Amino acid sequence: MANNAEDIENNMNQQEANRSPDSTQKPQETGVPRARSRGGSAAGAGAGTGGGGDSGGGGGGNGTGPEQNGQPPAAPTPRVVEREEEEEDEELTLKYGAKHVIMLFVPVTLCMVVVVATIKSVSFYTQNDGQRLIYTPFPEDTDTVGQRALNSILNATIMITVIIVMTLVLVMLYKYRCYKVIQGWLFLSSLLLLFFFSYIYLKEVFKTYNLAMDYITLAIIIWNFGVVGMMCIHWKGPLRLQQAYLIMISALMALVFIKYLPEWTAWLILAVISVYDLLAVLCPKGPLRILVETAQERNEPIFPALIYSSTMVWLVNMADTDRPNRNSTEAASPQQEPQEAPVASPVPSSPSQDDGGFTQSWVSQQEHRLGPLQSTEETRREIQQMPSARPPVEEDDEERGVKLGLGDFIFYSMLVGKASATASGDWNTTLACFVAILIGLCLTLLLLAIFKKALPALPISIFFGLVFYFATDNLVRPFMDKLALHQFYI
Amino acid sequence: MTAAVFFGCTFIAFGPAIALFLFTIAREPLRVIFLIAGAFFWLVSLLLSSLVWFISVQISNKESAAQQKGLLIFGVVLSVLLQETFRFAYYKLLKKANEGLLTLSQEETMPISIRQLAYVSGLGFGFMSGAFSVVNILADSAGPGTVGIHGDSQHYFLSSAFMTMAIILLHMFWGVVFFDACEKQRWWAVGAVVISHLLVSCLTFQNPEYVASLVPTYVILFLMGVWAFYSAGGSLRNLKLCLTCKDKDLLLANHRPR
Repeated sequence: MANNAEDIENNMNQQEANRSPDSTQKPQETGVPRARSRGGSAAGAGAGTGGGGDSGGGGGGNGTGPEQNGQPPAAPTPRVVEREEEEEDEELTLKYGAKHVIMLFVPVTLCMVVVVATIKSVSFYTQNDGQRLIYTPFPEDTDTVGQRALNSILNATIMITVIIVMTLVLVMLYKYRCYKVIQGWLFLSSLLLLFFFSYIYLKEVFKTYNLAMDYITLAIIIWNFGVVGMMCIHWKGPLRLQQAYLIMISALMALVFIKYLPEWTAWLILAVISVYDLLAVLCPKGPLRILVETAQERNEPIFPALIYSSTMVWLVNMADTDRPNRNSTEAASPQQEPQEAPVASPVPSSPSQDDGGFTQSWVSQQEHRLGPLQSTEETRREIQQMPSARPPVEEDDEERGVKLGLGDFIFYSMLVGKASATASGDWNTTLACFVAILIGLCLTLLLLAIFKKALPALPISIFFGLVFYFATDNLVRPFMDKLALHQFYI
Repeated sequence: MTAAVFFGCTFIAFGPAIALFLFTIAREPLRVIFLIAGAFFWLVSLLLSSLVWFISVQISNKESAAQQKGLLIFGVVLSVLLQETFRFAYYKLLKKANEGLLTLSQEETMPISIRQLAYVSGLGFGFMSGAFSVVNILADSAGPGTVGIHGDSQHYFLSSAFMTMAIILLHMFWGVVFFDACEKQRWWAVGAVVISHLLVSCLTFQNPEYVASLVPTYVILFLMGVWAFYSAGGSLRNLKLCLTCKDKDLLLANHRPR
C-alpha cells in the first residue's frame, strides 16, 4: 500500500489563509500536494480473494500521488492570498503539524500495543501450524540456508506481483467506473474481518485463558460486534467507536500476517512493499498516482471506507453545489456522505471534503481452515487535510482532521509484532522498533511539510524499523544481556 | 516474584518519569515529539556503541573471562561517551531547527524554548535508557522463579528498579545542565556532566554491593538535581513561592482558558 503522508501543514496554511480573506468557499485542497498514507495495500495481497489477491488493492488505495480532495488541480487564486499570511502561519503550522503527528501517533501506538499484547499472551499467533497463505507457497523449513533464502525470495516475489496486479485491477475498475464492484469488495472484506477473524481471535483468547464459553453467547457477541462494526465503518457511528473498530481490524489483519507469513518472507515482503510504495507514489506512471489523478479529473471522492479519521468530516460548501453546510453536530456520519455519493449516483454532485483521499481496503477472502488460509486486507488511508473553508468555524484544530490509511497501521503493527514474536532480545527489540517507526512517521510528515508533495509514508518507517530490528537483535541484545548480567548501567 | 514484585518495581523505576510525562509533556504535542526524538538519539548512540563492542568481542579471545569483562567495561565507558556526544548532537540539531523556525516565521517567540527542549530531551534519553536497562528484568520478575537461588543477591529486582529511577532522573538533570552549559558556552559544565555520567556508570561496576553503588548514585542525583534547578532559573525564593502557592506566574500559567 502506498502511504502518502498528507501535506497537513500546507493544507492548514491554505486553510488559514483562505479563511480570513474570503468567506466564499473554495476548494481548499486544490493544488496542495498531499502525502497519503496508504494502508496496507500490500496487506491485501496476501489473501486469496476472488479478485486474485487484494494486495493490489492495498497498494491501490494509497498510491494516489498529489491528492487534492477531488478538486481540480489548478487553484491559483487561493495561493496568492495565502502567501502573505504564510509566514505568520509558520508557527501555527508547526503547532498544528505537531498536533497532527500526535493524532497519528496515538492510534498507531494503540494498534501496536494491541498486536504486541496479543502476541505475547496468545500463543496461537506465534505457532507454526504448517499452514501457509496461498500467496506464499514455498516453505521455509528447508535443509539449507540457500534453499530457504531462495524460497523466501520467491514467496516475496509472488506476493508483490499479486499486489501489483491487484493495484492495476483497482485502477482499471476505478477508471471504468465500476464503483459497485469496488464497494462490494470493500464490504465483503470488512465483513470477513469483523466476523470471521474476530471470531478466531476471541476463540484463541478464550483458549489461552481457559475460559469456558457457550456457542450461543459467543454467537451473540460476535454478531453484535460485527454488525456494529459494519455500521460504524460503512455507515454512521460515533467517531471514537469507528476509530476503535478501525484499529481493531488493522490489528487483526496484522496478526494474521504475523501468523501466516514465514519469517524471512515477512521481512522481505516488508522491505519490498516499502520500495513498491515509494515507486508507485513517486513515479509518474505509478498506478496509485494515476488513480489519484483520475479521481481529481472527475472531481470525485475516492472511496473513503476504511480510512482512519481523527475528526469529524465536514462538507465543503461549494459555490456550484447545493449541498448545505453542515456544522459539527450534524456531522454524525462524517465520511458516509462521500461514500454514499458514488453509490447513489455514478457522478457525485459535490465533492466532499474527503476527496483526494483514496483509500482502498481490500480484504482477502479467507477460506475455511481446511485449506491454506488466505487473508489479507488492503486498506489504505490517506493522511488528508480536511478542508473546512467555512467562516463561522469555531476552532481551527477541530476542523482539521488527519486521515491515515489502514495499510500503514497494518504494516507498522506487523513489523513490531514480528519483532516481539521472533526476536530473542524480547522487549528491547520491540521498543527499538516502536521508536523507530514513530520517528519514521514523524520524519515523513516533516518531509511532507518541506517538500509539499505527495510522499509515501511506508518507506521511511519500515526502513528504520527493519534497520533497528536487525541491529538491536544482533548487536544490542548481547551487549545489554551482558550488562544486565553484571548489573552494569550505562 | 509474582505480580507484586513486578508492579512494585515498575512503579519504582518508572513512576517519577511517567508522572513527569503525564503532567508536563503529554498535553503538548511538540514536546512529545521531541521526547521521542530524544529517545531515538539515545537509541542510535547505543546502537553504535554496541556495534563497536560487538566487533571488539569478535576479534578478542572469547575464552578469557577477564578479557571479556575488560571489554565490557570498555563498552560501558564508550557507550557513556557516545551518549553524551549524541546529546550534544541533538542539542546542535535542535538549535538549528529552532533558528530555522525563527527565521521562517516572523514571530519573536518560538513555539518551544531551548530550556523546555533540554528538559524534554533529557527525559527522552532517560526513558529510553531506563527502559532498555530494566524492561527485560521486569518481564522476568512477573514470572515464576526465586531470586538469588544460586547465592546471588536477593535484592536484584529492587536494586535494579531503584537504579533505573536514578538513571532516568539523572538523564533529565544532565540534559538540563548540558543544554544550559552549551548555551552559555561553559564547557567546564559540559565536562562535569560527562564526568558525572561516567562516575555513575563506573559506580555500578561495584554491583552487587548495592550500598556502594546506590548511595553515591543518589547523592549525585541530588546534587545534579540542585544544579539543574539553579541552571533552569530556579532559586530558593521561587521555590518558596511555588510551594506556598503564592507564585503568580505559576498560577497564571496553569490556569487554562476556557
